[in-house]
Amino acid sequence: MSERIDEHTDHMKYTDDMQAIDHDIMDRVIAEMDAYDADVYTAADVKAALAAEECSVENFKALLSPAALPFLEEIAQKAQKETRKHFGNSVMLFTPLYIANYCENYCIYCGFNCHNKIKRAKLNAQEIEKEMKTIAETGLEEILILTGESPKNSSVEYIGEACKIARKYFKVVGLEVYPMDSKDYAYLHECGADFVTVFQETYNSDKYKTLHLGGRKRIFPYRFNAQERAIMGGIRGVGFAALLGLDDFRKDALATGMHAYLLQRKYPHAEIAFSCPRLRPIINNDKINPKDVHEPQLLQIICAYRIFMPFASITISSRECARFRDNIIQIAATKISAGVNVGIGGHTGEEKGDEQFEIDDGRGVDEIYQMIEKNGMQPVMSDYIYV
Amino acid sequence: MKEDKLVIGNHEFDSRFILGSGKYSLDLIDAAVKHAGAQIITLALRRTTTDDAANILDYIPEGITLLPNTSGARTAEEAVRIAKLSRELGCGDFVKVEVIHDSKYLLPDNYETIKATEMLAKEGFIVMPYMYPDLNAARDLVNAGASAIMPLGAPIGSNKGLCTKDFIQILIDEIDLPIIVDAGIGKPSQACEAMEMGAAAVMANTAIATAGDIPAMAGAFKHAIEAGRTAYLAGLGRVIEKGGSASSPLTGFLKN
Repeated sequence: MSERIDEHTDHMKYTDDMQAIDHDIMDRVIAEMDAYDADVYTAADVKAALAAEECSVENFKALLSPAALPFLEEIAQKAQKETRKHFGNSVMLFTPLYIANYCENYCIYCGFNCHNKIKRAKLNAQEIEKEMKTIAETGLEEILILTGESPKNSSVEYIGEACKIARKYFKVVGLEVYPMDSKDYAYLHECGADFVTVFQETYNSDKYKTLHLGGRKRIFPYRFNAQERAIMGGIRGVGFAALLGLDDFRKDALATGMHAYLLQRKYPHAEIAFSCPRLRPIINNDKINPKDVHEPQLLQIICAYRIFMPFASITISSRECARFRDNIIQIAATKISAGVNVGIGGHTGEEKGDEQFEIDDGRGVDEIYQMIEKNGMQPVMSDYIYV
Repeated sequence: MKEDKLVIGNHEFDSRFILGSGKYSLDLIDAAVKHAGAQIITLALRRTTTDDAANILDYIPEGITLLPNTSGARTAEEAVRIAKLSRELGCGDFVKVEVIHDSKYLLPDNYETIKATEMLAKEGFIVMPYMYPDLNAARDLVNAGASAIMPLGAPIGSNKGLCTKDFIQILIDEIDLPIIVDAGIGKPSQACEAMEMGAAAVMANTAIATAGDIPAMAGAFKHAIEAGRTAYLAGLGRVIEKGGSASSPLTGFLKN
């Protein structure tokens, strides 16, 4: 039985039942982030970053700085060139499927948190199959399976069952579930999953502990090292994200990029992906402001990710509006969700459980597909083979 | 003049342009066949959709040879699995071996590629390995049963042209199999240059797929490849490059 974790628990210390691995990457990311002063960068630094053939860490820092905002057009143009070189005109499509929203964490900004009185539910195997079948009929080949973070209610075996069902209907199976040990990732890989995304939310551990007051998520290093444990378990690709707006978004974006960069250097075969969520209104909590991450800043961050790691997949969430999404896939993002429903069981009928957040772009697969083609891009349903 | 055929594993081709995988569309395949004269088209199995096994073949015009690749493989074993899957789906015996476990540069792993080539050649495949141009590795690939060698010109997506030119030249000079330049060819002039050097064929995709006028660019590649091949056969490139001086300033004294 795992020990109880509450706001008095040391958030930097693993509990006994957690797999502890080297902290080499975490230590370097935090050191880089702590040393980063975005205000010291000037227009000259930004110009140098734009002129550089290979984007260095220093260049990346300049691109994320306030000094880069006046150069947003040039930055977007450079990002677009890099995207075209590595991805051509391709845009991947996928949809998320929430199979459960039980959660044992107390994250004060999240609609799924364990103290929030929302309708909790979990789909059984038949319901999962029904949802997936319905989604597959839209032509999608990639699915992202999500749960709330409750190992008790949504066990590794339960998620594994969902992966096995998913393999029947989809070519690409990704996971956005609670962090687990390498052996569990290995099991889920066997069940058909090959991509794991974990949002660190914020890389500022002092801030992190004030936002994550209970549950396993409170343990910062266990979450931080999830991607590495996934790679160790045989997962092909890993995704990274900070929830922009929780803390200083420039530092968080830098840390997100550094995290991915160092992991890929350590595991050169690892495929890298970024997500770029901003805070959005949630059920029972409309007081959070997305701080200062407006669309220009979001564009700046996404382009900086692209220029820093030109080969990485970048996903654009349906939390963003259609106008932003339609444009960003022509600049830097390479993957877009379509036909999104973030409730539990919402694809086939009545939702059994509430949604985590509100989406902005509710367009269906056909609409997104046509939009991509209309913009001279090529919609791609799968670029992956399970081996 | 003797007919100039590209011979790969007892199969003969007139065209020396191979359409690479990567960015696919019906327009591109159509242009590659009609305007670039492609007879071989690469197919990335990972790009095909689940129920579309039959559709892959629908996509490809009659008389065209499919060259399925093993992209997505990180080890020799994975490459073998993908190759067998493509054969089961009816894609034929040709296979382009790609083994990559470097997500940044997408550089091929020669060691795993040699292992995969050996395993697949034993299974009766006509194996065309994508490799980093290293002479020792190329010799091992020959011994492993490869039917052609496909060195890279530059990292995929870099648009840098023939960065590895001198090393590809060594392969051309020393290896008796067709040397087909793959990856990095961004412009017709670079395709022409590779052919002048004595490459047996070139593979390209992105350069055509992302051109403003796809059919026109396909045609440009066809002409560039033919021009380079003709120049190579004519021998002009070699005479100029290796020096055509008639006098013998150092050894002339022997005649005295």
